Amino acid sequence: MPRIAVFISQRLVKAVFVVLAIAVFNFFLVHAAPGDPAAVMAGEAGAADAKFVEQLRQQFGLDRPLYEQLGTYMGKVVQADLGYSYRQQRPVFDLLMDRLPVTLSLTLTSFVLALIGGVALGTLAAMRAGTWSDTAITVVGLTAYATPIFWIGLMLILLFSVNLGWLPAFGTESIGAGYTGWAAFVDRLEHLVLPVVTLGLFYMAVYTRLTRASILEVRDMDFVKTARAKGLPEWRIVSVHILRNAILPVITVAGFQAGHLIGGSILIETVFALPGIGRLAFEAVLQRDYQVLLGIFLLTSVVVVIFNLLTDLIYSLVDPRIEVAP
Amino acid sequence: MTAAVITPSRRKGSGFWRAFARNKGAVLGLVFLLLVVLMAIFADVLFPTSPWDMTAAPFEPPFSEDALLGSDTLGRDIAAGIAHGARVSLLIGLTSTAVAVLIGVCLGAVSGFYGGWVDDAVMRFTELFQTIPNFVLAVVLVAIFTPSLTSIVLAIAIVSWPPLARLARGEFMSLRSREFVQAAVTTGQSNLTIIWRQILPNSLSPIIVSASLMVATAILLESSLSFLGLGDPNLMSWGYMVGAARTVIRQAWWMSFFPGIAILLTVLALNLVGEGLNDALNPKLARKGRA
Repeated sequence: MPRIAVFISQRLVKAVFVVLAIAVFNFFLVHAAPGDPAAVMAGEAGAADAKFVEQLRQQFGLDRPLYEQLGTYMGKVVQADLGYSYRQQRPVFDLLMDRLPVTLSLTLTSFVLALIGGVALGTLAAMRAGTWSDTAITVVGLTAYATPIFWIGLMLILLFSVNLGWLPAFGTESIGAGYTGWAAFVDRLEHLVLPVVTLGLFYMAVYTRLTRASILEVRDMDFVKTARAKGLPEWRIVSVHILRNAILPVITVAGFQAGHLIGGSILIETVFALPGIGRLAFEAVLQRDYQVLLGIFLLTSVVVVIFNLLTDLIYSLVDPRIEVAP
Repeated sequence: MTAAVITPSRRKGSGFWRAFARNKGAVLGLVFLLLVVLMAIFADVLFPTSPWDMTAAPFEPPFSEDALLGSDTLGRDIAAGIAHGARVSLLIGLTSTAVAVLIGVCLGAVSGFYGGWVDDAVMRFTELFQTIPNFVLAVVLVAIFTPSLTSIVLAIAIVSWPPLARLARGEFMSLRSREFVQAAVTTGQSNLTIIWRQILPNSLSPIIVSASLMVATAILLESSLSFLGLGDPNLMSWGYMVGAARTVIRQAWWMSFFPGIAILLTVLALNLVGEGLNDALNPKLARKGRA
C-alpha cells in the first residue's frame, strides 16, 4: 500500500475512536446534570403531577438503567440518528443540519482569511524585523490577541453599522427586502463581513505571531544563504525556500484551533444574531435540551476531527519528509 | 581582564529582575497589573455601595456628575462595576490557572516520567480533551452544573490543562535521562521524591511562563462565559456588563465600551508580563509564538 494510504487509514481509525470516546463522554456528562428533563418538561407543560412525569419518563426512555440508555444512544449515533428534541419537536439531526451552513460558512471563511492574512503579515513583519512596520504589526497583533472577540464584534457594530451605516449588524440577510439573484448574494455577503472579520481577527493575530517567530528561525539557515548566493530573486527565496519550511508549525497550530474557532462562533453568533450551531448550543443549554446538546457536541467534535485529518493531509503535502507516524 | 568585567550576580534574584526590566513592555504590564490588583483590593473603599445598587439616573453618559464612566440601563455605576469586577476576573483567572496547572503538571509528570503505556494512555486522554471544542465544553460544563464561582473555575481549568500536560511531559521526558536523575535513582530515592524534589524544580521556568499566559486566557474565557450570561449571578463581572449592555449598543456605547477596555488592558498586561518572564527565565530560548 502506498504510504499516504497507510497514513490516511491510520488517521481514520484513530478519528473514529476519538469520536466514539467523545460520544460516551458526552453522554455521561449530560446525564451528570442536576435536574430531571422529564420534570422540566412537565413543568413547562403546566402539569407537574407525578403520574404525568412518570409517563414522560417512559415515553423518552428515561426510566431505563443508565447503561441501557447509553447503549441505545450509541447504537443510534452509529446510524447518524441523534435523537429527538423534546423541546423543538424535531429530530436533532434536522435541527443541526438547518443550522450548520451558517456556522460553517462563518468559521471557514474566517479561518481561511485569518490564515492568509496572518501568514502574510507575519512574513512581512519577520522579513522587516526591527523596522517600524514590524513593530506596528506586533503591537496590533498583541492587542488583537488580548481583546475579547464579543467586544470587538460590538465595537465593529458600533463603528460600521451605528455610526457609519456601511454594513448591516444583525442576521444573515435583509428581511423583507425581497432581493433575488445577484442582489441577494451581495446582501448575504454584506451580512457576513462583520462576523467574519470579528472571528478572524483574533486568529489572524495568533497566526501572525507564529509565522513571524517561525520565519525568524528559518531565515538565517544555510539553505537560505545558498539560495541567496545563487542569486535567486528575493520573492522566490521568501515564498519557496523560507515560507515552505516556516509554515509547518503554523499549520499544526491551525489544525488544533479548529475547535476553538467553533467555540468562538457561539459568541459571534450571539453578538450578530446569526442562526447557527453556536446560537443553537446556547439556546439548548438554557432550555436544558439534552438531546440537542449531545448532538451539537458530537457534531462539533466530528467537524474538528475532520479538520485535523485535513491538516494532517496538508502537512504531508507541504512537507514530503513527513514520517507516517503510528 | 575579563574576570573583572564579568561580575556574576550574587543573588539569583537580581539577575532575574535585570533581565525582566530589560523588557519595557513587561515592566509597563506589571505596573498596570499592580494597579488592577490595588483597584480590586480597595474596590469597597473606592466604591462603598454595592455595584448592583442604583446610584444614578439610568443612561447617564460618561463624565456626568454622579457617575464618572456613566451609568447603565438600571442606573448602576459603570466605574463601580469595573472596580468590583476586577476582583472576579483576577480571582477566577488565578484560581482556575492554579487548578489547571495542578491537573496538567500531575498528568504530564506521570506521563513523561513513567513513559510506556502510562504515557500512551495519558496522551490519548489529553488528545481527547484537545479535540473537544474547548469553549463549547466550558459553556456546557457551567450550564449543567449551574453557574457559580466553583463551577466556572473548574470548567475553565478542565478546558485549559492539556497544553500544560504536554509541556510538563516534554520537560520530564528530557530531564528523566539526565545524570542528576540517575544519581537520585542510584541513591535509592523513591519515584515520588525524584519527581517532586529533583525534576519538578528543574522544569519550573517554562511552566511558570505558560501559567502566566494562561491567566490571561482564563480571564478571557471567564469574560466570554459571563457575557453569555453564564457568570456567577451574585458577582459583578466585566463580561456580564458587556453582555447586559449588548442590546442597547445603539443608545449607550459607554456601557459596553469601558468594561471591554478593562478586559483588554488587563489581558494585554498579563501577556506582556508573561513575555517578560519568558525573557528572564528562558534567556537561551528563542521567543516562540504561543499556541
